[in-house]
Amino acid sequence: MSSRRSRSRQSGVSRITDDQITDLVSKLQQLIPELRGRRSDKVSASKILQETCNCIRSLHREVDDLSDRLSELLASTDTDSEQAAIIRSLLM
Amino acid sequence: MSPMNNPQDLNPSSLKSRFTTRFLRALTKINGQKPISSSSPREMFQRYRRIKVAADKSMAWSVRSRRTWSRAMLWKLRSRYSCRQASSSRRSSVRTSTIIKSRQAKTSHEKENKNTTTGQDEVGFVVQADKLRKLVPGGEAMDLCNLLGETAHYIKCLTTQVQVMRKIAHFYSL
Repeated sequence: MSSRRSRSRQSGVSRITDDQITDLVSKLQQLIPELRGRRSDKVSASKILQETCNCIRSLHREVDDLSDRLSELLASTDTDSEQAAIIRSLLM
Repeated sequence: MSPMNNPQDLNPSSLKSRFTTRFLRALTKINGQKPISSSSPREMFQRYRRIKVAADKSMAWSVRSRRTWSRAMLWKLRSRYSCRQASSSRRSSVRTSTIIKSRQAKTSHEKENKNTTTGQDEVGFVVQADKLRKLVPGGEAMDLCNLLGETAHYIKCLTTQVQVMRKIAHFYSL
């Protein structure tokens, strides 16, 4: 019975080790708020990737919504470079 | 002024401050271009589009070409810009309404994220990796290791981008 380590053979690249992949995937897990606290052996790698996709999609959506909101806000305000400097100082 | 943020944000060359500077500059420019009183749906949409592109571009420029995803995004933005220069303005009204419709449809499509892990986790892994490739700029051409590393950086940058945009929106709504 041969166990297929197909992860290391994805896309025809056989030199990537499973350890490297596991390491990278666990780094991703730390970035995702939903999965951060859970033990890495209890969360499957595909679940981590799935949550990563969801995370990216929701971030894209937030950028869209914020752009929308900013376009409405800008329409009703006068921005000039002084205000920009004020904001910059507030943000830093 | 006591910073409520991470002390590294005070660093003028941090990603957050580079992005903020660029994005604010772009916003000032966008606001200066059009008469502020215009509020037709098309004008609003174009402004929304410009702001979104400015945000993505500012972030990609702040990362410069150190990352594959930022290079891919800058390339995409540049080629889209040169395509738009070539197309006639008459077609743009049709394009705008199509984009608005597809933007509304997008939210319903995004919901269909089925969990495709069957018995084999490896199959699910490959499927999710392919989905990830489509989400990360330049992901289609990356091998798996690079894809995972680029994804991590991309998520960090997107989070920063959202944080800054949120603060700016908050400031303007005061």
